[in-house]
Amino acid sequence: MLKLVWLIPLSPLIGFAINFLLGRRLKLGEGVVKLVACASVFISLVITLGAFYEYGWSYAAEHNNAPYLTTLFTWLPGGLAHQTLGRSAGALAEFKITWGYQIDQLSLVMMFVVTFVGFLIHVFATGYMQGDKGYYRFFSYLNLFMFMMLLLVMGSNFLIMFIGWEGVGLCSYLLIGYYFDRKEAGDASKKAFIVNRIGDFGFALAIMGVFAVFGSLEFTKVRELAGAYPIEGLWQFGLMSWLALGLFIGATGKSAQIPLYIWLPDAMAGPTPVSALIHAATMVTAGVFMVTRTNFIFQRSVTMMLIVALIGCLTAFVAATIGITQTDIKKVLAYSTVSQLGYMFLGAGVGAFIAAIFHVFTHAFFKALLFLGSGSVIHGMHHEQEMPKMGGLAKYMPTTYKTMLAGWLAICGIIPFAGFWSKDEILWRSFSTGIFAGGKLLWIVGFITAGMTAFYMTRLMALTFWGEERFRKAHGDGDHHDSSHGSGHGTVEPHESPRSMTTPLIVLAVFSVFIGLIGIPRAFPALVGSHANINIFERWLEPVIDDVHHLHSAEATVGSASAHQHSESSTAAAVPAEGANHAAEAEAVSGSEYLLMILSLGIAIGGIMLGRFFYLKNPDLPRIWAERLRPLYTLSFNKWYWDYLLDVKAVEAGKEFNRGLWRVDALAVDGGVNGSSWLTRLAATISGAWDKYVVDGLVNASGWGARFGSIALRAVQTGFWQNYALLFTVGLFLCLFLYERSALLELVRGLYRAATGK
Amino acid sequence: MQAGGGGFFQRMQDYLKRFEPNLVNFMMLSFLLFIIGVAGVLSRRNIIIIFMSIELILNAVNINLIAFSRYLQANELVLRQRGIMVNPIAGPVFTIFIIVVAAAEAAVGLGIVISLFRNRETIAVDEIDLLKW
Repeated sequence: MLKLVWLIPLSPLIGFAINFLLGRRLKLGEGVVKLVACASVFISLVITLGAFYEYGWSYAAEHNNAPYLTTLFTWLPGGLAHQTLGRSAGALAEFKITWGYQIDQLSLVMMFVVTFVGFLIHVFATGYMQGDKGYYRFFSYLNLFMFMMLLLVMGSNFLIMFIGWEGVGLCSYLLIGYYFDRKEAGDASKKAFIVNRIGDFGFALAIMGVFAVFGSLEFTKVRELAGAYPIEGLWQFGLMSWLALGLFIGATGKSAQIPLYIWLPDAMAGPTPVSALIHAATMVTAGVFMVTRTNFIFQRSVTMMLIVALIGCLTAFVAATIGITQTDIKKVLAYSTVSQLGYMFLGAGVGAFIAAIFHVFTHAFFKALLFLGSGSVIHGMHHEQEMPKMGGLAKYMPTTYKTMLAGWLAICGIIPFAGFWSKDEILWRSFSTGIFAGGKLLWIVGFITAGMTAFYMTRLMALTFWGEERFRKAHGDGDHHDSSHGSGHGTVEPHESPRSMTTPLIVLAVFSVFIGLIGIPRAFPALVGSHANINIFERWLEPVIDDVHHLHSAEATVGSASAHQHSESSTAAAVPAEGANHAAEAEAVSGSEYLLMILSLGIAIGGIMLGRFFYLKNPDLPRIWAERLRPLYTLSFNKWYWDYLLDVKAVEAGKEFNRGLWRVDALAVDGGVNGSSWLTRLAATISGAWDKYVVDGLVNASGWGARFGSIALRAVQTGFWQNYALLFTVGLFLCLFLYERSALLELVRGLYRAATGK
Repeated sequence: MQAGGGGFFQRMQDYLKRFEPNLVNFMMLSFLLFIIGVAGVLSRRNIIIIFMSIELILNAVNINLIAFSRYLQANELVLRQRGIMVNPIAGPVFTIFIIVVAAAEAAVGLGIVISLFRNRETIAVDEIDLLKW
C-alpha cells in the first residue's frame, strides 16, 4: 500500500471539494454529505493502515529503517531562479522544492492518529451536527483539515510541512468561527489566527534559516548535514540554537505553549467535534511533532532543549492551576489540553522525544474521548456547557459516563490506562535526564501538576456525572439555551446521545484503556528478571531520533543495536564492552523508576481522593477554600491575568506603538510631503511675483512709456490733413530758408528789383 | 527806355513793349498763383474750394513751364553758342501732361467727394479726421 500513500491526503481533499463546491449548489442532503466526508477519511485510514503494515513489516527491515520517500511532482523548480537571477541567484539556484511525502515511523504514527481519531470524530460529528444549517460546510472544513494535517505530517520537506501547518491554522480559524453569528466565536477565531501567526512567523524564519544553513529543505538531507555540526553547550547560542528557537516559536504558537497558549481556551467557541479533533488530538500536537521531526536540530542545542523543557513544564503547571477553577466543561478540558501539551514539550526538552510522541499518541485518544464525551454531555444537556448547572448525569447518560470514566482514569494516570504510561515515561525521563542538570526540579513541577490534573479532572467528573442533580433548578430560571437540534423537548431532561455519537466514544474508550500497553517501559519486565524490551513504541520510533546525546545507549544493550541507524560508530563499538555496566545500571535505575511510578500513582490517587472529598463528600468545601485562598483562587480564575496582560496591555502597547508610528507618519513623512509642497508653492509664488511685477512690469512700462511719451507727439497728429499740409509747407519753406538762403534772398531781391524796375 | 521817334505803330509797339511781360513777370505771376493756391489748400474748409486751389497750384506750375519754354526758345542761339543744348518743346509737353493728370485727378477726387458726402453728409474737411491716432 506504500505506493498509494499519495492518496491519503488526496482523498479528504476530494471529499472537501465535493462537499464545499457542490454541497450548496446541489443542496446535498445530510446523508450524502456525511457519507462523502466519512468515506474519504475512511479511505485514508485504510491506506494508512496498509502503509503501516507494509512499511513496518517489510520495507523498514529491507531498507535499514530508511524512510520511504515518494515525489509526486516538482513544485518549485530551482532552475527558474537561476534563469531569471543569473549568477546572483547564488544558493537559490539549488532551491528546488518537490511535492514529496516522507513515510517513516514518526509520520506513520501521526498519520494513524490523524486518520483514525479523525475518522471517529467525523462519525461523531454526523450525530452531533445533525440539523445544523451549515452541515455541508462543517464537513467540508473538517475534510480540508484532514488534508492539511496529513500534509503536515507526511511532507518530506519543511515547505510541505509549512503548507500543512498554515492550512490547519486556516481550518482551525474557519472551524472556531463556525458559528460566525456569535461574536465570541468570531473573536476567538481571529484571536487564534493572529496568535498562531506570531508563531508561524518564527517557523517561517527558521525555514529560511534552515535553507540558508543547509541549502536544502528535505528532512532527510538536513538530518544528514546536521550531523556535521557540533553540540552547542548550555548558554552557547550558535546556529543550531537560532534555528531551534525559530522552530520552537512556531511550536509554541501551534501547540499553545506559554506565552502563546491564550488562543486555545478561547477556541472552544467552535463546535465540540472540532475541539476534539483540532484542539486536542491532532493540530495542537503538530508542534510536538515538528520538534520531534527536527530533533536533529534541537538536540544540537542544549540551551534550546532546556528552554523547551522549561516552557513545557511551566505551561503544564500554569494551565493545570487555571483548569482547577474553570466552570465551563470545555474550558477545563482546554486547559487540560494545554497542560498535557506542556508535558509533551517537557518530554521533548529533556530528550525524551519518543515519550513526547507517545504522549501525543495516547493523549490523542483519551483527550478526544473526553472532548467527545463533553460534546455528548453538551448535546444531551441541550447545549449547556456550565458544569454548575449539571450534576448527576451518570444515570441519564450511562454510555457517555462509562466511556468518560475511561478517559478520566487515563488522563489522571492510573495504571494501566493509557495516560499513565506516557506521562510517567516523561516524568521519569525528566527526572533522569542527562542533557542538563536540574531535571529533578522539572520532575517536581511535573509531579505536582500530575496531582492537580487528577484533582481537576475528578472535579469535572464530579460536577458533571456525580452528585446532586442541579440542571432542573438551573434551567428553571429561564436561562434556556436555544438548542439547534430542535427535537421539541418540553422539559430539560438530559438524554443519551444517538448511536453515531456513542460508538466512537466506545472505540476511543477501548483505546484509552489499552493503547498505553504498547509503551510499557523497560523497568516492568526487569521486575520479573527479564531484559526483553517490550516497549514497542520506543523500538518503533528509535530510528527517527538522532542519538546525539547517547540517550538510548543503556537500552541499546538490550534492544537491537542495529536499530541505531544514525548512532555514531564509536558508540556501536563501545556497546559490547559497556553492556555489562549498563545492565547493572539499568537495575539501579529501575529501582528509582519504580519509586517514581509509585509516587506519581500515589499523587494521582491523592488528587482523585481530594477531588471526591471536595466535590462529592463536602460540596461546601470548595467555596470555603476559595474564600480562604482568595488571592490564589482569583489568580487562577482569572487565568493568571495572562489574557488581560496580552489582550489589554500588550495590544494597547502595540496600539500605542502604532499610534507613535502614525505620529511619525503624520509629522515627519506628511510634514516632509507638505513641506515640499509648501516650498513648491513658495517658489511658485516668488516666480509668479517676478513674472507679474518684473517681467510684465517691464512690458507694461514700455507700453506706458510709449503711451505717456506720445502725449506731446500725439498732439501733432490732429487727423486734419490740412494741418499736415501746412507743416509740410512750412517745412518746405524752412528747408529752403536754411539751405538755399542765398538763392532765396537772390530770388526775393530779384523779384523786388523786377517789381520796382530798379 | 528811349521814347519818341518812329510812327504810331512804332510808338505803339514801344508803348506795348513797355508792358511786354518778361520771364520775371511770368515767374511772379506763377509764384503768386502758387502761393494763393497753397493758402487756399491750407485754409479753406470746403473740399471743392480746396480742389480749385489745387488747380491753381497746378496752373502756376504750367505757367512757369510755358514761360521758361518761351524764354529758352528765344535765347536758343545764344545758349547754343555757349555750348548749352536746350529742348524748348519739353515745357509744353509737360504742361499737357499736367492738364491731363489734373483732369483725371479732378474726376477721381470729385468721385471721392460724392462718396464722402453720401456717407458723412458733409464735405467740410475739418469734420473728416479719421487719420487721427
